[in-house]
Amino acid sequence: MAANNQNKIPKELLVPLVRKEDTSEKISGPSRTFGQDARRTFFKNKLAVVSVFLIIIIILMSIFGPSMNEHGSDDQDLMRAKMPPHVPVLENISWLGFDGTLSGKYRGDNVEAATANAVARYDNNEEFIDIKVVDEGDGSRNSAVVDATYHIYDAKDMSGEYFWLGTDTLGRDQWTRLWEGTRVSLIIAFVAAVIGLVVGVAYGGIAGFYGGRIDNVMMRIIEILSGIPTLVVVLLMMLVLQPGITSIVIALSITGWTGMARIVRGEVLKLKNQEFVLAARTLGQSDGKVIMKHLLPNISGIIIINTMFTIPDAIFFEAFLSFIGMGIVPPDASLGSLINAGFDNLRLYPYLLVYPAVLISLIMIAFNLIGDGLRDAFDPKMHK
Amino acid sequence: MFRYILRRLFYMLITLFIIATVTFFLMKMLPGSPLSAEDKLSEEQKAIVLEKYGLNDPVPIQYLRYLGGLVKGDLGVSFAFDNTPVTKILMDRMGPSLQLGFQALLIGSFLGIILGLIAAVFRNGAIDYTSTIFAVLGSSIPNFVFAGLLQYVFAVQLNWFPVALWGGFEYSILPTIALMIFPMATAARFIRTEMVEVLNSNFILTARAKGISETGVVFRHGLRNGLIPLITVLGPMAVSMITGSMVIEQIFAIPGIGEQFVTSVTLNDYPTIMGTTLLFAFLFVVIILIIDLLYGLIDPRIRVSGGNN
Amino acid sequence: MSKLLEVKDLKVSFNTYNGEVQAVRGVSFDLNKGETLAIVGESGSGKSVTSTTLMGLLPKPHGFVKSGQILFEGEDLVKKSAKEMQEIRGNDIAMVFQDPMSSLNPTMKVGNQIMEGLIKHQNMNRADAKKKATELLELVGIPQPDVRMNQFPHQFSGGMRQRVVIAIALACNPKLLIADEPTTALDVTIQAQILELMKKVQEETNSALIFITHDLGVVANVADRVAVMYAGKVVEVGTVDDIFYNPKHPYTWGLLGSMPTLDSTDEELYAIPGSPPDLLNPPKGDAFAPRNKFALEIDTVMEPPMFKVSDTHYAATWLLHEDAPKIEPPESVKRRMQGFSKMEGEQ
Repeated sequence: MAANNQNKIPKELLVPLVRKEDTSEKISGPSRTFGQDARRTFFKNKLAVVSVFLIIIIILMSIFGPSMNEHGSDDQDLMRAKMPPHVPVLENISWLGFDGTLSGKYRGDNVEAATANAVARYDNNEEFIDIKVVDEGDGSRNSAVVDATYHIYDAKDMSGEYFWLGTDTLGRDQWTRLWEGTRVSLIIAFVAAVIGLVVGVAYGGIAGFYGGRIDNVMMRIIEILSGIPTLVVVLLMMLVLQPGITSIVIALSITGWTGMARIVRGEVLKLKNQEFVLAARTLGQSDGKVIMKHLLPNISGIIIINTMFTIPDAIFFEAFLSFIGMGIVPPDASLGSLINAGFDNLRLYPYLLVYPAVLISLIMIAFNLIGDGLRDAFDPKMHK
Repeated sequence: MFRYILRRLFYMLITLFIIATVTFFLMKMLPGSPLSAEDKLSEEQKAIVLEKYGLNDPVPIQYLRYLGGLVKGDLGVSFAFDNTPVTKILMDRMGPSLQLGFQALLIGSFLGIILGLIAAVFRNGAIDYTSTIFAVLGSSIPNFVFAGLLQYVFAVQLNWFPVALWGGFEYSILPTIALMIFPMATAARFIRTEMVEVLNSNFILTARAKGISETGVVFRHGLRNGLIPLITVLGPMAVSMITGSMVIEQIFAIPGIGEQFVTSVTLNDYPTIMGTTLLFAFLFVVIILIIDLLYGLIDPRIRVSGGNN
Repeated sequence: MSKLLEVKDLKVSFNTYNGEVQAVRGVSFDLNKGETLAIVGESGSGKSVTSTTLMGLLPKPHGFVKSGQILFEGEDLVKKSAKEMQEIRGNDIAMVFQDPMSSLNPTMKVGNQIMEGLIKHQNMNRADAKKKATELLELVGIPQPDVRMNQFPHQFSGGMRQRVVIAIALACNPKLLIADEPTTALDVTIQAQILELMKKVQEETNSALIFITHDLGVVANVADRVAVMYAGKVVEVGTVDDIFYNPKHPYTWGLLGSMPTLDSTDEELYAIPGSPPDLLNPPKGDAFAPRNKFALEIDTVMEPPMFKVSDTHYAATWLLHEDAPKIEPPESVKRRMQGFSKMEGEQ
């Protein structure tokens, strides 16, 4: 195989190469700091970015949503209880479910019986009920089926009124209550997360940084505390405290910080014996400087990720407590208490459950996706 | 290993002791007594009842008697249900809760493991993306939302299953599905991550280099190493079974412990609430202990080093 | 001598996010029965990819053989199905990996890990496989083999684990053993033991050995022939004597020159500047030219072919062209070469 194409070789080039510049040490690719890499990775994660926008929109709505219509969150009026969603413009597109009508299938032995069932169900306001026969039936039990549509806004002479998401069993505007409930849920989650963050980082940082006997004692305390299930602590606290936002925050915060403290302690312990920290100390840096300049920046990633995941947990716990009747109590609303109320009316007024359930699901998914995105962003292996 | 178990048992007892103590003094702070349900009693009758339950004794004596009762499984008497012993109420309602919990945990984690395994083996394929989406949804969306969806679609609209209550097996299907989604999603997510890592590790290459079939590589060498860390999330899963049972039993009107708890909350029946809480605490602490010991038993690396720590 | 293995113009690529990385760009070499070939090169030179390709263990679906042949006993391994490769792997061709700490399954007893291959390929029952595995542990120098059989990898030291990995590889008396940097992750003293062991078992089992390393010092001890790889190509191949006493490629000079020896105290090591090229966009012409002090103008336009130095010795550098300027290896490398022959004379 040697030199098989002798003829084509440009022999005049068989002379030593004259180099214009030394290219052997050239580094290809721009250099980026870790933070820039993390940001780049995060913003490449489309789901996480969409989630961030979603959360921002939900936060804005929870602030401005309740004042977007004239109804107050506690304007009770049994006259207008259980009104279905009614939205201007969208009311003309029937399948969206914003046309302000109640509808359902009703059965009877024959069409008349089925119709009578429907009419009885809908306040006996026959003139505002449209009946569509689905199945004539053969006279046997419940064989006839009719589709009934009840124009309740017209029946109550409120066709000019618009309850965007309808009203609850006491006639309160669901839209207003939904966003106020979201606000309550978010406040609880953020405050609980921040308290957990501050206490956890401080506790874990002190234990890890000073080590020795201090660490030993502090970790024993955590070991016993975290042996007590969060659920039990929260339940017991809720029994003693007055139900409300503060109580839930306190209950969630009492044990919520132990996970963070453990993680921070572990990281600090690992970092403080690494050469760059030893070097800083050898050079006479004060403890405070070492903590602020060398330790905190290196554990900030893991702290942020952990905080991000505690938020959906807190939201879930609040909803759970309100759902079982130990959390937010009426007239205040939270997503959990709205969902609880929705379940009571699931059969006839499913819209009372749908919107808070969808909203809490969106919030939970978004926070989890942001958490996932951040975890990848702070993982050097994921930087491309 | 033996010393390790002893140490763990010791911590468990301390934890339970603290919980019991806190519970007792909370009870003392809370309003209500076995008498509050029966207003019509005369003073003498009240005195008899107080004497009967030892409520005239000094608090430390009551405390010791309470602890003694706990050891014997006595959780006090309910305010609301004709002074029935709490233990009896709980025992009567144990069945449905246990059945639901076990069905959901076993089926959920089994399906989750399969899903995660398939996703890891065919990673970056269509199955993987579908299962990832499912896992994110399943571990994010609260179980009561699932329960509502299932109940409305499959029971109210389609009439395939009973809407609520407790009867034969068909009554347990919807609640079990609602309850198992969280463990299933968690397991799928966890196993996928673990298995991707395991399947990329060097010892898998060694196994392949031996000429073992791909199924042998995945199951004999991969799965065991991927499964061991799953034990660590069994704890959160067990907790989700407890919180889940309260919510799900409430939604489907199942006569279990969770439903009892929620009812007791609305009735302000403190002894029952406390008793149930203590039961949860006990279950949780024991589960965590079992999980830790199991971990040591299954992972040979911990089995040996555990004794030295 | 009959050829056990012939690799002909093998090209292997990886699909990545940024495009196709050409990890191996046309490698050819051959191997006789019972012979030891050392493949030497920096990290990223394609030597490990070559060995995983031989085993049929390229990570799918990203890695693939673009072209070329791997003739093992006359049969082309590239064309074999996954199932057929399973029969060959561990049976005819076996491999020892670099990092003994992670190459063993942490949750499986060491004995079972050795027995697996025996049961699969030799149709042994468990009792026979157990007996054979114990013998293998004894062969690789593990004391109390019957006790060690029932232990887990974490109960073994690094050197001991590598012995186990070697025992696994040897289980079915492979005709070809590939060792991918088997000593790199070990302490120096253990390195020597493992090298001795590999030499010993190779003599006993008479299998051929491909020894992949970046350490030329190890090569002189174990190999019959040496192939030097750079940027996915073999740039020089020859017997140990050819490579150590009469190297022709400037890259081989660099490797030899950067090797510390006992008498190199006061002189500078001859280091190769820069880093290997990006195989995503392999450079035009000679890939080594940007780092080569002795590069010619032609290196920037045309890749050098393999020039024949002797029947056993080939090198891919334009310096061997008859019209090229006569360039001698740098003084320090020359002295190094003389040092080798002096050492040889003393032995």
